Amino acid sequence: MTNLLEIKNLYIEAHSEEVWQPIVKDISLTLKKGEVLGLIGESGAGKSTIGLAAMGYTRQGCRLASGSILLDGVELMGASDEDLRLVRGSKIAYVAQSAAASFNPSHRIIKQHVEAPVQHGIMSYSEAQKEAIKIYRRLFLPDPEKIGFRYPHELSGGQLQRAMVAMAMSCEPQIIVFDEPTTALDVTTQIEVLAAVKEITEKMNKAALYITHDLAVVAQVAHRIMVLRNGRLVEEGETRALIRKPKQAYTRELLNVRSLREDKNQSDKMAVILTIKDVAATYTGEENVLEDINLTVRKGRTVALVGESGSGKSTLARVITGLLPATGGSINFLGEDLPLELKHRTKDNLRRLQMIYQMPDTALNPKQTVRRVIGRPLEFYFNMRGKKADARIRELLSSIELEPDTYINRMTTELSGGEKQRICIARALAARPDLIICDEVTSALDQLVAEGILDLLQDLQNKTDISYLFITHDLATVKAISDKIVIMLEGKIIEQGAKKKVLSPPHHEYTDKLLSSIPEMDPDWLDNLLDERLDSFI
Amino acid sequence: MLSLLRQSPLSARIGLGIVLLNCLVAIFAPWIAPYDETAVVGDVWESVSTQFFLGTDHIGRDLFTRMVYGARNTIALAFLTTFLSFLFGSFLGFVAAVKGGWIDQMLSRAIDVIMSFPTLIFALMILSVLGSSIPTLIFTIALLDSTRVYRLSRAVAMDIEVMEFVEVARLRGEGMWWIIRHEILPNAMPPLTAEFGLRFCFVFLFIASLSFLGLGIQPPLADWGGMVRENAGAITFGIFTPLIPAGAIAFLTVGVNMIVDWFLHLSSGLHE
Repeated sequence: MTNLLEIKNLYIEAHSEEVWQPIVKDISLTLKKGEVLGLIGESGAGKSTIGLAAMGYTRQGCRLASGSILLDGVELMGASDEDLRLVRGSKIAYVAQSAAASFNPSHRIIKQHVEAPVQHGIMSYSEAQKEAIKIYRRLFLPDPEKIGFRYPHELSGGQLQRAMVAMAMSCEPQIIVFDEPTTALDVTTQIEVLAAVKEITEKMNKAALYITHDLAVVAQVAHRIMVLRNGRLVEEGETRALIRKPKQAYTRELLNVRSLREDKNQSDKMAVILTIKDVAATYTGEENVLEDINLTVRKGRTVALVGESGSGKSTLARVITGLLPATGGSINFLGEDLPLELKHRTKDNLRRLQMIYQMPDTALNPKQTVRRVIGRPLEFYFNMRGKKADARIRELLSSIELEPDTYINRMTTELSGGEKQRICIARALAARPDLIICDEVTSALDQLVAEGILDLLQDLQNKTDISYLFITHDLATVKAISDKIVIMLEGKIIEQGAKKKVLSPPHHEYTDKLLSSIPEMDPDWLDNLLDERLDSFI
Repeated sequence: MLSLLRQSPLSARIGLGIVLLNCLVAIFAPWIAPYDETAVVGDVWESVSTQFFLGTDHIGRDLFTRMVYGARNTIALAFLTTFLSFLFGSFLGFVAAVKGGWIDQMLSRAIDVIMSFPTLIFALMILSVLGSSIPTLIFTIALLDSTRVYRLSRAVAMDIEVMEFVEVARLRGEGMWWIIRHEILPNAMPPLTAEFGLRFCFVFLFIASLSFLGLGIQPPLADWGGMVRENAGAITFGIFTPLIPAGAIAFLTVGVNMIVDWFLHLSSGLHE
């Protein structure tokens, strides 16, 4: 079989600080008809850059420096814009990470779908529409006849992502580049998209580059896997062989991230510090987004709050912090009833309850230094200034494993994602809280970095007996860090209990679906699961 | 600061040079100008000669002298007015964004009312009631301009206000002042600075139109906008006199905006 795509000794450079620096170094790859190649690595590994380069494209500020990109025998390196335009969409197509951001919100889905085939002169408008409906059906979109005539905001995240996969297929390209198509989705919807990807690669026999940071996901769809780091190839191999026997230490690290931590002594009698009783809340004043919420958090323990997006878990965090006053029920914190509204709470109430956010980028003021960020709570709550504050900031930086001298005077914009999140943790710790609410704190981070953050949080808990309310949609994280699990669906708690109890059968029906949707490091997992679910449909 | 200047791009240096030159001229006007500000020294619209560098104006005053004194009046007035309008406008805009609720509603609707009058009519109304003096002129234009600044700063602050670092500050128990001063203002600076450069130029033109209607800077005081108006008739005779003050306005505007661009570049953290 001939190679559909052949990249040889590719170097890509990015322009930064007045010089061109290589970001992809000496990458070679081949892709045969019907083959799926997984590209895996952390952010900055160059995987998306390679994916785009396969289409002869680079992001702004980057350039293809040397090497060769042969697509179906045509050299894309140095090809004219017109030549590239003919190739893109028709021979090779791209599926981006965030379908919601990639669709034009003011056009109907199908109008965007037919644009490429009509532009390339492959089909007429009405033919293209018929083809679109066919492919919607193949990708299991509900109501395939009509769904294309809706606007992007009328579809759910998973449906939109599948519509985008369908759109990539509109010109029947030979190769599709999937750039993290499931990263922004819940585990339960991730399955739908993975099924669509499988449909295309296996049944329609298309070749694909599948880019992701999640080894368990790529194991489901790829025949071969390339592990990348800092723009270089770490290891390449056939999927099963690579997972069974990774040669490089880095690959082993990636494989091990989902390992369980030791369980703490469960038979403890730690004092209850937070009791939420019959809490309800609403945004509109009519419909309740939260109802009958009852839960407790014990000192030195971690409660994981799990659910899909829209299940109300972040809303519950807002209710606990008082940003969204509860309309009913009570919140008891450290033995006293907390006023439901933020403005009625005392400084001490506020100090003892801190919060860490999902996006460290927006949780830190870009115009402040690390010293200022951590120093302000010290000044505000403890009136600590000057030398004393300086010493405490350094102590806090050491406790989050950042070198004080290097970081104390940095601007927050000069930090990496993981470092920023550590600074957010330090800011919360500076207040000496009893409870920290962690809202999806690891979901915006790379796996290994996230792993480091979880370790740090665990360490801090072991040392200081701090409690966490850990909000997440990632069950792997839950398994790793929690003592108690609370599962939410549509604003209600549907199951809660000690970790072991919730994770072992019998489950609530929804818990079962949630648990079975977590990808496992087994290449047959998806196929088996799909078979199983299909059976249950019939 | 000095090292910052050394790294500055050429355009910023040119801009700085222009503004500095204008300021020096404004400060040392009495020493630079060869004649008195209001003295009639020659014939109407005399052409350029060794006696009159830039010719004379519509009643025979030396144009160069008028330009030099005009720099003084115009720049000082424009800077002060723009500064005041930003002080009012951004303060109220930030308060509205941070406080929200009825305070926001009240402020925004009040501003809407002011904005619903054509600015020129509104200015005429105030000035004819209070009489045209330099302080009333400054306050009137600053007030009218601040409505636009209010709109912009409220919108900008709204965007920042929903960021999580502001929520963190709220959850910490910080007061409104602290949030405005430390969380919002530093992040709102880039768009506000850009707007400053633009507003600064509009103020000249606005003063010029008021002067034309007799309610701006009162003659015989020189101001560039007014000088364009006074000498506008010369254009029909093919005399370029009115182009000189107009050119000076353009020159200074370009200079100010070059600095603003540089500042924007610095504060947005782009290094390209």
